[in-house]
Amino acid sequence: MTTYRARLLVCAGTGCVSCGAFEVRRALEEEIRRRGLDKEFLVVPTGCSAFCQRGPIVIIQPDGVFYQRLKPEDAPRLIEEHLIQGRPVRDLMYVPPAEDRTVPKMADLEFFKHQRLVVLRNRGRIDPEKIEEYIAFDGYQALARALTGMTPASIVAAVTASGLRGRGGAGFPTGMKWAACAARPGSPKYVVCNGDEGDPGAFMDRSVLESDPHAVIEGLIIGARAVGAARGFLYIRNEYPLAVARVGLALDQARERGLLGRDILGSGFDFDLEIVRGAGAFVSGEETALLASIEGGRAYPRQRPPYPVERGLWGRPTVINNVETWANVPPIVLRGPEWFSGLGTAASKGTKIFSLVGKIANTGLVEVPMGISLREIVEKIGGGVPGGRAVKAVQIGGPSGGCIPASRLDISVDYESLKAAGSMMGSGGMIVMDEDTCMVDIALYFLRFAEEESCGKCAPCRAGTGAMARLLAKITAGNGTPGDLVRLESLAETVKRASLCGLGQTAPNPILSTMRYFRDEYEAHVLDKRCPALVCKALIAFAIDPEKCVGCQLCRKACPAGAVSGQAKSVHVIDQAACIKCGLCLAACPAKVGAVRKVTPARAAARAAETAPWGEDR
Amino acid sequence: MRPPTSELEALTAKYRGRRQALIQVLQDIQDRFHWLPPEALERVAADLGVPLVQVYGVATFYRSFSLRPQGRHTCVVCLGTACHVRGGQAVLEGFERRLGVGAGQTTPDGAYTLERVNCLGACALAPLAVVDGRYHARMTEAKVGAVLAEAEEAGKA
Repeated sequence: MTTYRARLLVCAGTGCVSCGAFEVRRALEEEIRRRGLDKEFLVVPTGCSAFCQRGPIVIIQPDGVFYQRLKPEDAPRLIEEHLIQGRPVRDLMYVPPAEDRTVPKMADLEFFKHQRLVVLRNRGRIDPEKIEEYIAFDGYQALARALTGMTPASIVAAVTASGLRGRGGAGFPTGMKWAACAARPGSPKYVVCNGDEGDPGAFMDRSVLESDPHAVIEGLIIGARAVGAARGFLYIRNEYPLAVARVGLALDQARERGLLGRDILGSGFDFDLEIVRGAGAFVSGEETALLASIEGGRAYPRQRPPYPVERGLWGRPTVINNVETWANVPPIVLRGPEWFSGLGTAASKGTKIFSLVGKIANTGLVEVPMGISLREIVEKIGGGVPGGRAVKAVQIGGPSGGCIPASRLDISVDYESLKAAGSMMGSGGMIVMDEDTCMVDIALYFLRFAEEESCGKCAPCRAGTGAMARLLAKITAGNGTPGDLVRLESLAETVKRASLCGLGQTAPNPILSTMRYFRDEYEAHVLDKRCPALVCKALIAFAIDPEKCVGCQLCRKACPAGAVSGQAKSVHVIDQAACIKCGLCLAACPAKVGAVRKVTPARAAARAAETAPWGEDR
Repeated sequence: MRPPTSELEALTAKYRGRRQALIQVLQDIQDRFHWLPPEALERVAADLGVPLVQVYGVATFYRSFSLRPQGRHTCVVCLGTACHVRGGQAVLEGFERRLGVGAGQTTPDGAYTLERVNCLGACALAPLAVVDGRYHARMTEAKVGAVLAEAEEAGKA
């Protein structure tokens, strides 16, 4: 490999790419070429560096300085100043909120300091489109060891001893699954990677596939060897075009180097992998539904048992694991099960990746040891809610999970603790909510999602999710009765117990957990027709504070419904009958004026026009 | 656009007789024509040896397939949880008002199709809208007009 004076690592994950990373990359390359320095400096596109909200990001190695929110026009200055003059460019560096000094190195950020990288070990440091870079960081060494120095049984034993559990949500012990499949007689057998990451708010699988595809592929080859499979499939969501492309490229490269195909590394072991693109159905993330989809049919789940390890693809024994689970396998084989089980808690070993998003200062992917407290993730790593607002709840586990209230932030993040608190690990989406998030609205959001994504095979889920969504819609519209709350709860219990697959069984969780911790909000909607978070449109109104209005006309011009009236320099009024509650007037009103407000209950707006008394507002 | 028969044949030929390739061949056709015209479904049924009813069953089950032609421009508004809590719904309503159609519909002049999606996995950029493949991070309702104008402009170029 040629050595360079410096390498410019341009993050090429979906987040940075959508903010213009490729334009920045081109600008840097052109500038370097223009100066005739192609032999000195190399621009390398890398996988997701996980600090997505500050993209496009460039890290300069070996200095380790990172630059953020770059534009193509910053390229000449960056090269001249940093690379040639040796003067880092301060104004392109990151200044954390609530601090006034730049933080030049990623490792010094609170966001990264508390993380422990196992699965994301190569993030932002290798070019995912070059197998050589993966190999340079110990890639495929675990495979070499598994094929030459271990028997299939000893691979299974190592994974079992590590305590690795499925990262897709349910947390089933991976070693047990492999052992069950390995014990089935006959062939063929299959291994499958579940990359149908459908949980809204979770994107770690996309990131792993995009930024380190070989880690997943290596895990699959080792797993195939352990259970005796000759063929495998990577099922990847169609909404992740970059992941599909990178994995495709990685498979070609692995095949060229004899890491896939016949007689892998001269061991006599034959195995090959192919990509199956998902077609956009949340239920296909359920393992039996996913297998039906690979077979070319509708993604309908089926009754278990028999489990896929007994009867999977085309009726044959099949091991199906999540992307993150597979990516954990190579480090376990290479560094030993004792090393892995040294991380985490008694029952939940290793690390887990969470996508920390929502009302939080630092958003992105975080990989932390199991057993870390939720508070540490939200406050230390995430930097809390921006604008000095308070955390109200953290929603974990997507549509199958539940909300953990701020009062329980000290909970240990592991499979059992989250379950006991009414949530679940799920795939690891972690959505932070503040006072402006309405918990009834969130429950409705998830139930509408479940209703839409229910495949319709079993009645409890098909009819039950819709019935629950309708009850919630009635409550958010201000038409709820106390009896609706009772009906909602009993319906939730029924759907939970009677549904065929995980989608229906967990669909009521968002309702049950919000009713458990935020019953007062439900009651405010039902009894007082108020939405305390000022979200539910039927229960709020927009009003102009006559004391504060300066008559600037901005809100009148912004209103698409013509509901605001008032002359220049005189107090404006919103016609409540014409108002469509889009909120554009509030967005248009200058912060220093702050005359437009949301009020609840909606009828408070009528009183607001005649000055006091106001309803609750913010 | 209506698919020329020769092109359809080329797309289905490599899957001939492979029933399990049903989803893949539909994806290829969807990628090429942005919808699944009726003649394409019939062709697929014949070439793969799958009953037409089963082809329709699969085509209507999965979200990425469309049985109606799409507009020249596609606006996708993400309503994943992160986008939802950061105001994605208002962004969608902004598009609906501007375009005069609801999610899942195409404007009568065939110019725009508006879609909503349940998560594009780019939650750090929430709320997110994707217009003609271009990602618009931290969208607001107020930006909708400018984003549409940009798509219009790019379409002309």
